[in-house]
Amino acid sequence: MPMTALTGSRVRERRLQLGLRQADLARAAGISASYLNLIEHNRRRIGDEVLARLARALTIETGTLAAGAEGALIEDLRAAAAAGGDDQPELDRVEDLVGRFPGWARMLAAQHRRIGSLERTVNALNDRMTHDTHLSEALHEVLSAVSAVRSTAAILAETEDIAPDWRARFHANLHADSERLAVGAEALVAYLDSSDEDDETGLGAPQDEVEGWLAARGWHLPELEAGAGPAALAAEVAGLASAAARSMARDWIARAEADAAALPLMPFRAALAETDDPVRLARRFGTSVLSVFRRMATLPGAQTGLVICDGSGTLVFRKPPEGFVLPRFGAACPLWPLFDALARPMAPVEAMVEPASRTRRRFRTRAFCEPSLPGDFAGPELREAGMLIDPAPPEAAAAPARAVGTSCRICPRTPCPARREPSILIEGT
Amino acid sequence: MTAHVLLIEDEPNIAEAIRFILMRDGLRVSTHSGGADAIEVVRQARPDLLILDLMLPGMSGIDILSALRADPMTEKLPVLMLTARGQGRDRAAAERAGVDAFMSKPFSNTEMLASVRALVPR
Repeated sequence: MPMTALTGSRVRERRLQLGLRQADLARAAGISASYLNLIEHNRRRIGDEVLARLARALTIETGTLAAGAEGALIEDLRAAAAAGGDDQPELDRVEDLVGRFPGWARMLAAQHRRIGSLERTVNALNDRMTHDTHLSEALHEVLSAVSAVRSTAAILAETEDIAPDWRARFHANLHADSERLAVGAEALVAYLDSSDEDDETGLGAPQDEVEGWLAARGWHLPELEAGAGPAALAAEVAGLASAAARSMARDWIARAEADAAALPLMPFRAALAETDDPVRLARRFGTSVLSVFRRMATLPGAQTGLVICDGSGTLVFRKPPEGFVLPRFGAACPLWPLFDALARPMAPVEAMVEPASRTRRRFRTRAFCEPSLPGDFAGPELREAGMLIDPAPPEAAAAPARAVGTSCRICPRTPCPARREPSILIEGT
Repeated sequence: MTAHVLLIEDEPNIAEAIRFILMRDGLRVSTHSGGADAIEVVRQARPDLLILDLMLPGMSGIDILSALRADPMTEKLPVLMLTARGQGRDRAAAERAGVDAFMSKPFSNTEMLASVRALVPR
């Protein structure tokens, strides 16, 4: 029978409940009182035979004495100790603590879990401050206008002998920049005002959590290659904050496991060295094109970005490639080739795109949509589309590219035939 | 001989203000607004100082700087980079790429003049 040192504490607790003296219990169990005293203070392991006799004398199940619900609690406390930094608690006495002060122990464990969830929130907020494109684009706009205003105004104020035509030009510039500044400041305030509402869908969204976890893992899960299976990832999944995120992570793991089985790492890499045509690769391995997409984007060290959407166009997976901003929340740009593919299942779409960023980098995209009939012939038909995003090869710099954006709200492109809502970055809209 | 400053900045009103300040200080100033062809423009203009905006359309200021440092003709060219406040990571990258000095927007005209004077051989 598995036994922890805690068994002694439980013996003592039960004895006191029953109002027995140590000597009485010792006699009933056929052991010496001093030996019982050592047992009760967890200084001796108890043999099966003695345990059974103690249980009988205490009118309690042997198992209840030996096991108990403290196992999980002890694990939590060990984790708390590991995160404790310099002040190392007495790890060897953790069972003693749980046995003697169960309430305090539970509170310690609960606080440890709470700290973990607060740390995740802080990280998410931090991440948001750094990567929020709404905020940084709007701030950049304001800073640029402020710079021009400051310099120009100083020239007008400090140059006494300024020529009339220069003066007129600077006045005009000042006027234009102050207008721009007013619009930019308004956009900033409007954004900051409304960002509270985004908390539900943005910051703590389960999808963000899952993607954050996968990004931290480099998007690749080696456990699934070695055949260790999803069980090897159970602890990490359990560490995600929300139940929805845990469920989504398990779904992704199941798919990744199937992908890894259909496209084993070594042969797939070898095949990829010959061709990066997803359709040809899918045919060679007898699997679906979208599973090839997922595999290509999640190989160790893969730079390729990947977005996946469902039939409603909602992005259900986002692995951003460097330099290509994906919407954090809300819908994507309707001009993405992803949606061409969504409308025409099984037809490959390849297109060069140029996102609306100041660097004007180009990307090669390949999109494909696969329908499925999980309800058999009676339907419904579900669709899923994926789009691989790679940096364009240098020779494509002059080729025609489709002008796309991230999401209307933060897209500066104007005019745009596909715009569905005004941008916070465009004047007067 | 008048020192020649080349300014690559895509915000026209900022460029105009800088140009005015430097011209008043007796420098010859030419301006350019694009990033993609910036390296070619620098090679042809052969300025004594390059003022380079960090964020340009077509090519980032850091990429331009790296290309210039790799070319024997421009490897020693003094470069003053214009950044916006809060671009800490980009500044670190520019330092690695070999920038000589930074100027944060919004800058004061006095600061700008002082930095330029320090970098231009007279």
